[in-house]
Amino acid sequence: MNVGTSGNNGTNGSTPHLRLQMLSNPLYLSGARELVSSVAKRLGFPDTACGQIALAVDEALCNVMRHGYDRREDAPIWISVWPFTDEHGDALRIVIEDEAKQVDPAAIKSRDLEQIRPGGLGVHIIKEVMDDAVYEKRDAVGMRLTLVKRKAPKPTPAPTATSAPAPNASGNSDV
Amino acid sequence: MSDETLQVDVVEQAGAVLLAPQGELGYNEAPTLRQYLKQAHDKKPTRIVVDLANVSYMNTPGVATLVESLQISKRNRTRLILCGMNDKVRAIFEIARLNTVFEIMADRDSAMA
Repeated sequence: MNVGTSGNNGTNGSTPHLRLQMLSNPLYLSGARELVSSVAKRLGFPDTACGQIALAVDEALCNVMRHGYDRREDAPIWISVWPFTDEHGDALRIVIEDEAKQVDPAAIKSRDLEQIRPGGLGVHIIKEVMDDAVYEKRDAVGMRLTLVKRKAPKPTPAPTATSAPAPNASGNSDV
Repeated sequence: MSDETLQVDVVEQAGAVLLAPQGELGYNEAPTLRQYLKQAHDKKPTRIVVDLANVSYMNTPGVATLVESLQISKRNRTRLILCGMNDKVRAIFEIARLNTVFEIMADRDSAMA
């Protein structure tokens, strides 16, 4: 597992504050999860949010290892971290990239929670605990998941008679 | 090279099997718990209790193992009871809306009573 500060995540051109390269080996899951949780803690995120960030990263990495790489343990995964501030306040962006098989982002959906069966819960949990979770194909190979967690919840616009629910950036409103 | 160790204490008492895993229950450890659950189901007990008091962290592979076991329990007419969840573990079940699907009790004593 390498931790460095160089590299470009391919999403906005800025250099990540932290960039970690790890193998798709579940041995390193807890280390990756503790790293992002620790960074979030030092950036002032409350304990509950740090736990949620760690859980989302863990679920995302599990999905890459199980489904993207079909349990191969020697393939690369990159985790990049940027704190940022916008009109909604302080936030943390975490980007997880891989070289696994590409899938249509619209096909990555939370499963119907009324179906009681093992599997398919990871995407639901990620979208539930993070403020944004967007899947996209990388240019050449692999997938990219961009996660955003805000220190304070983003205000929800008041509903109007003409407004319709907006799908998230992955085109999937089935959350 | 994967660390797949998970310590699970097993207690058999009056037709019930109690499993008490210790540590994290995630991608690495879920297959071990699945094996213990399978062995418990094979004994056809009246109830299986999974005491999570010493589980510090759980993610969906752990949850999925318990869902799988719940389905076997229903087929076998065995009660499956979870107990001793800490707040972090309970939150996973709530997010997945599985807290109303499982029989959940506060602690081992009430689950085995």
